[in-house]
Amino acid sequence: MESTIQAAAEAANADAVVRVRGASKHYGTVRAVDGVDLAVQRGELFGLIGHNGAGKSTLFKMMLGLIPATAGEIAIDGAPVTGSGFRAVRRKIGYLPENVVLYDNLTGLETLHFFAKLKSVPAAGCGALLERVGLAHAAGRRVREYSKGMRQRLGFAQALLGRPQILFLDEPTTGLDPEAIREFYVILRGLRAEGVTVIITSHILAEIQERVDRLAIMASGKVQALGTVQALREEMDLPLWFDVRVADSDFTAVRDALGSLPVAAIEAHDGRVAVQVRRESKMAVFAALATLGERVLDLHVREPSLEDVFFGFSD
Amino acid sequence: MELSQVATIAGKEFWDRIRNRWVLAVALVFTVFALVIAYFGAAQQGAVGFRSIEVTIASLVSLVIYLIPLIALVLGFDAIVGERERGSLDLLLSMPITRFELILGKYLGLAGALAFSTVAGFGLVALVLSAQLDLNALFHYFGFMASSVLLGMAFLSLAVMLSVLAADRTRASGLAIAMWFFFVLVFDLLLLGALVVTGGQYGGDIFPWLLLLNPADVFRILNIFTLDDVRTLYGLATVFPPSLAEPWLLTAVMLGWIAAPLGIASWRFGK
Repeated sequence: MESTIQAAAEAANADAVVRVRGASKHYGTVRAVDGVDLAVQRGELFGLIGHNGAGKSTLFKMMLGLIPATAGEIAIDGAPVTGSGFRAVRRKIGYLPENVVLYDNLTGLETLHFFAKLKSVPAAGCGALLERVGLAHAAGRRVREYSKGMRQRLGFAQALLGRPQILFLDEPTTGLDPEAIREFYVILRGLRAEGVTVIITSHILAEIQERVDRLAIMASGKVQALGTVQALREEMDLPLWFDVRVADSDFTAVRDALGSLPVAAIEAHDGRVAVQVRRESKMAVFAALATLGERVLDLHVREPSLEDVFFGFSD
Repeated sequence: MELSQVATIAGKEFWDRIRNRWVLAVALVFTVFALVIAYFGAAQQGAVGFRSIEVTIASLVSLVIYLIPLIALVLGFDAIVGERERGSLDLLLSMPITRFELILGKYLGLAGALAFSTVAGFGLVALVLSAQLDLNALFHYFGFMASSVLLGMAFLSLAVMLSVLAADRTRASGLAIAMWFFFVLVFDLLLLGALVVTGGQYGGDIFPWLLLLNPADVFRILNIFTLDDVRTLYGLATVFPPSLAEPWLLTAVMLGWIAAPLGIASWRFGK
């Protein structure tokens, strides 16, 4: 049984688009990235989160072959990132760096034409790409006049040149307004449906938690946790909150109904009662609250957010 | 190596310099200076107007030897370090391009802009003076233009090397200025000083060879030795053996001055 699971894991690993094994980057005594193992599957939307200085941007650049690893191996689409065969892989990669810097003296369209040439992509598709990221109206304006959000959109359009199979997006929604963020994720979902692999970093955890298939939490150069958001929640075993609104704001009634159930915390504010319980007591608390019958006016369960999970792993 | 990638980078650098009127400005500077020198170069002797191609070239050489290294160093010092500091280098390197192709493209694009300015600027003067120049004079003038282009290429190569070696733009600009001082102002003084201190007894034989260690001196010798009048004018004939003054040899040395810094730059950048 165990060997079948292992074989399955290895088979999955072999199919990984991005494979990182024991990758480290040391600057003197500083271990920016320290023995990272990762495998991102084809078509996966994979999140990489961590504090500033956790090593995620360094790891990103190592995966793109921009920084040589001190130790370990990184391969994308089967090709080692430092090998001579990586040029062909680069044509399949789209990259949006953090705080993307483009050339101020070029127009939006000229910017795309320049990068399209480097990627050997026909220039004909550039106009449509600008349309797709909502920049068609500014195609002829110089990047110097672009707002932060427009630059970010242009950077994203650049990353989409030549229908990449693997997208590396470093803090892609920085500077975007809420509507643009929503449009961005609509495009991303469309790409994933086409089988594009996406690796994304973000410091806005609430934004990323409902959208990634799996994620890795980095701290001190190491991957501290890896899995789906739900799996990480369960692994952390963080308590959850019940928000209860009862008739007449009857705090005592709720406390009595819970009886001897193990409750981590109970507090009352604004006519509501918030009860913190451990995950394994969840159903028992439901049952206990049900005894209050129609006196319960409203009930809401708050799962720990990715932020709670994140701080649990990175502290 | 994929030449199309080199051409894309070079094309961008070149057109950037055309669009921001850098090429136009530098060409105008060359034209104006050359015209002023051609017409008023002999004003100290109480005469104005074009006199001879020899005197004009000799004056132009003295000017160009200061000006072109400076322009080339300013043009190239931030080629790589500028992209790195602004933050656009990572995106560029994530493209299907090798570091060698990037550096070669940068160099060729900038070199194209500088060569274009030089040829256009001084070429315009040749057109203005053409009525007063015979074929021999034109030949010498074109030799001067070609060697000016080579001088620019050599210092541009040094500048690109600095832009790879320097940690940031400030340091790169400081190094560029230091390099200009060294090659254009200090080098000859040092050699002369050494010669005087030793009473000319030692090193007299290697002195001409030492001049080859400075692209600015190579440029000077290249121009002056092809003109008999000027050679005596400068008194250089006494210290520089004609066997070393072969134009092909000096040109080869100049090409070495272009290739070596670029080689160091791409080796260091690739690491």
